[in-house]
Amino acid sequence: MSENHEHQHHILSIKTAGIILVLLLLLTGTTVAVSRIDLGFLNVAVALTLAVTKALLVILFFMHMKYENRFMQMIVFLCFLLLAIFIGMTFFDLAYRGG
Amino acid sequence: MSNNSLSFWEDSGSSRSGIMAWLTTTDHKRIGLMYMYIILAMFIAGLCLGLAIRLELIAPGRTIMDAQTYNTVFTLHGVIMIFIVVIPSIPAAIGNLVLPIQLGAEDVAFPRLNLFSWYLYVGGTLLALVSLFTGGGAPDTGWTFYVPFSEFTTTNVSVAVIAVFILGFSSILTGLNFITTIHRLRAPGMTWTKIPLFTWSLYATGWIQVLATPVLGITVLLIFAERVLGVGLFDPNKGGDPILYQHLFWIYSHPAVYIMILPAMGVVSDIIPVFARKPIFGYKAIAFSSLMIAFAGSLVWAHHMFTSGMSDTAVLIFSLLTFVVAIPSAIKVFNWTATLYKGSISVEPPLLYALGFIFLFSVGGLTGLILGSAGTDVHVHDTYFVVSHFHYVIFGGTGFGMFAAAHFWLPKYYGRMYNKKIAKIAFYILFVGFNLLYFPLFIIGLEGMPRRYYDYLPQYQEGHVISTVGSWILAVGIIIMLVNLWRGFTKGEKVGRNPWGAATLEWATPTPPPLLNFDEEPDASRKPYDFRGITPDE
Repeated sequence: MSENHEHQHHILSIKTAGIILVLLLLLTGTTVAVSRIDLGFLNVAVALTLAVTKALLVILFFMHMKYENRFMQMIVFLCFLLLAIFIGMTFFDLAYRGG
Repeated sequence: MSNNSLSFWEDSGSSRSGIMAWLTTTDHKRIGLMYMYIILAMFIAGLCLGLAIRLELIAPGRTIMDAQTYNTVFTLHGVIMIFIVVIPSIPAAIGNLVLPIQLGAEDVAFPRLNLFSWYLYVGGTLLALVSLFTGGGAPDTGWTFYVPFSEFTTTNVSVAVIAVFILGFSSILTGLNFITTIHRLRAPGMTWTKIPLFTWSLYATGWIQVLATPVLGITVLLIFAERVLGVGLFDPNKGGDPILYQHLFWIYSHPAVYIMILPAMGVVSDIIPVFARKPIFGYKAIAFSSLMIAFAGSLVWAHHMFTSGMSDTAVLIFSLLTFVVAIPSAIKVFNWTATLYKGSISVEPPLLYALGFIFLFSVGGLTGLILGSAGTDVHVHDTYFVVSHFHYVIFGGTGFGMFAAAHFWLPKYYGRMYNKKIAKIAFYILFVGFNLLYFPLFIIGLEGMPRRYYDYLPQYQEGHVISTVGSWILAVGIIIMLVNLWRGFTKGEKVGRNPWGAATLEWATPTPPPLLNFDEEPDASRKPYDFRGITPDE
């Protein structure tokens, strides 16, 4: 195959990696703290929002998706969109059950 | 054309020889054959279990086994046939043999990963066999491992689900390999609209393997966690939800049906134009419908759960979506028929099996609409109607697709031809046996005969007897077909490059192909179904 690298691999600086790590730890702490408060219907929404935010940080920075080309970003986005559809469509059952 | 290069049988590309040259090979053709031999062995095992089930059911009450043995036998039949035979059959075996050559490539994108996938497959298969003879005995849950029974049964479910987990990883890596190969290793000139439709179908299948199989991996691990740690995810006493298990299981296992059927549709799409001597009708529609089936087929999983107690809203939405999947499937069937129309048809064995596919898959597909319609599903859910529908789709579809592929492509790889007359006789026996075996099950299913039951009321016996006799005829057909193929590949007449007069790249290379597939740069700019100037050998 082609010998030319299409792009240089981006190397994350220690500082950026450290900031993301701290953010992830803070969000994990928030997840634990929020789980002790009963928010009623919002329980699931808050937990999922926190989880998605953490996942986004990992994908964008630790998995370097922020520095990839559009095509690669689109493929990854579509995969997560499908996952969101899987979870979302399960709620057609859960949200309307026992009515 | 002279064949002056060594074939992949003689040139392993490594310093090792004998069995070690095979076990360490990274050649996609050898890996494909290694998949095929294990799949064949396990197919025969699954077939024997199926025959045992049919024999047990020939009369009410005990015939040849007790109830517990019966439960383990139908579970094993399902697990072996689904996870070890049908899912890898066409993609892993035929896909490995054909896909890189159809693209004009020397191998898949990640040859070592390909071999690793095979080892995962072998490891998963061995572990599944270990689960039979260790712990509390062979699993008795059915291939679906439904909770709560799978959480509490004392049989060896824990080992079986780990085996399925490992088999799943093999499938994911094969899918990943094929997607990358199709994106990166197409020969110069092979644009997306010149990719043969079999490879297109493997592309769509690859995406399902990569995206849906991890869900199965997670799901079976959760069963393991439930059994070992008692987490309570599916246990209502601990705030869990047993229906959630069914959602997770079918999020994978319905798309898995398309992992099974899409490659068979690709096989048919490649065979029909060759034997009709006409370019395929609606190339782009067929290619696009594969992607449509892969996508829409991923959104219909809960139609397996209409009677599970899930919400009516979900029943309505999933029923509607199920009807949507019928559209791209019908596009394919109409296009195949249109390709045959006014073609110069020569009825060779591969075409016969492909036509068998169209007929049997259509019966399976149309009866699927009865199941997809929520009202009628309530009546036939968990009856033999489902068993029959499923076997028409998977055996009549993927099974006949695999047989068609074997008759079409294997002479290329073995360099010898089977006896075509016996192949046709085997087909007719198989076809009669198949319909005699499965069609009566539609009728007793409609009459209320539940699936998976060990015993039944005398009123269902007539259907069961006809079905069991059909299973014997089917077995005779399969034996004749396999023996004929084996004799052909060891003692048959030698074949040239292009015995069928096909236009895709695998027929432009020597027979059997050399280690790196081509002895000269292939011309990939030609359309895959343009038969002008191409005639069969001899």
